[in-house]
Amino acid sequence: MTATFPTRALRALALVVAAGAAGLALADDDENKRMNINHPEYRSECGSCHIAFPPALLGTGSWRAMMAGLDKHFGSDASLDAETSAVITKFLVANAARRDTSGSDGRPQLRISDTPWFRKEHRDGHDGITPGIFRSEAVKSAANCAACHRNAAEGDYSERDIRIPRNGARS
Amino acid sequence: MKRHTLWILLAGTAVLAGGVARAAETPADFLARYQNEARQSAPGFSASAERGEKFFTTTHGGEWSCSTCHTKNPAARGKHANTGKAIEPMAPAANPERLASTRSVEKWFGRNCKDVLGRVCTPAEKADVVAWLMNSPR
Ligand code: HEC
Ligand code: HEC
Ligand code: HEC
Repeated sequence: MTATFPTRALRALALVVAAGAAGLALADDDENKRMNINHPEYRSECGSCHIAFPPALLGTGSWRAMMAGLDKHFGSDASLDAETSAVITKFLVANAARRDTSGSDGRPQLRISDTPWFRKEHRDGHDGITPGIFRSEAVKSAANCAACHRNAAEGDYSERDIRIPRNGARS
Repeated sequence: MKRHTLWILLAGTAVLAGGVARAAETPADFLARYQNEARQSAPGFSASAERGEKFFTTTHGGEWSCSTCHTKNPAARGKHANTGKAIEPMAPAANPERLASTRSVEKWFGRNCKDVLGRVCTPAEKADVVAWLMNSPR
């Protein structure tokens, strides 16, 4: 009697844990982390120097501000002719995040990697993210999404495709 | 009736082929164009692959040379200096998509010259670079 009780309890507990884990796994699989980047001009024009980032990760104000300053784009000249620029702006705005991505100073944030959402999702200690990983030799920049999200170039950020490179930070 | 159809087919094919030939641009077209532009101010100008290589592989007062992203070997894959993204080879012999469209070539000369030299490239500089890229084996 005394021996069976803990065994049963353990078994029940194991079942609950297993069910919970299965539930989690299912939920994760259900969460389709494929984000819309399906626009040929956007992909070729904004996917040449880096992967084409998902429009859904910045608000409309941020995209408009970015598109208005392409000649001085993070230290690079990324300027486009007016016609192409208008077509791409339309796609970005139509697929933008609904939330506003302005910084505390009220100005639109231009880096996805500076937004509170990104910082929270990629905080140290979360799912294998180690301090300094973003500045490591293997990653170099938080904007290098494909260093960890292996299918980022296709707009796919599903968890099963994340591989974090060994932390090669030298600092 | 049969002959008629054949003629229409032939004529159609000729029109199509003509259209394609006019739309496609070759590396030699760019060489000729930039060389002609350069001759407007320097009538004796002739493109030099050697000058092109030197221009491409050295810095011009800034941090970057063209090779920083494109490597010193036009047949090799490059890597964007900031983002690490791969850049396909520059030599047309190694990458048939290069020097094939005015829109692309002018866009990238415009951007990259500003990033590397802080100004636009001259027609002479572009002619030299094109000559060097065309010279590169695969
Ligand atoms: C000429 C090269 C070039 C082109 C073309 C280009 N970018 Fe960029 N972009 C950069 C560089 C360089 C950075 C900074 C990368 C870094 O810090 O790692 C950057 C960063 C970004 C970032 C911030 C990434 C982050 O979260 O840190 C966004 C968003 C962005 N670009 C969007 C675009 C869009 C939209 C287009 C098309 C209109 C575009 N880029 C075209 C070079 C380019
Ligand atoms: C150093 C590796 C690394 C880099 C670089 C990186 N990520 Fe992540 N990302 C992760 C990890 C780890 C998670 C957490 C997965 C989880 O939720 O368990 C994550 C989560 C995410 C998620 C949420 C996935 C989910 O299941 O909810 C998205 C979307 C995302 N990243 C987008 C990006 C974008 C866009 C970039 C580039 C601007 C980027 N990431 C750069 C490692 C990275
Ligand atoms: C900061 C990185 C960087 C530097 C420096 C750089 N380029 Fe580029 N270049 C690129 C990228 C990215 C592309 C587009 C890649 C692609 O189309 O796959 C490109 C494309 C080109 C093309 C387009 C070829 C075609 O047929 O479409 C030419 C020409 C070119 N570069 C010339 C130069 C010259 C000349 C310099 C030096 C003055 C230079 N680049 C410096 C990143 C760079």
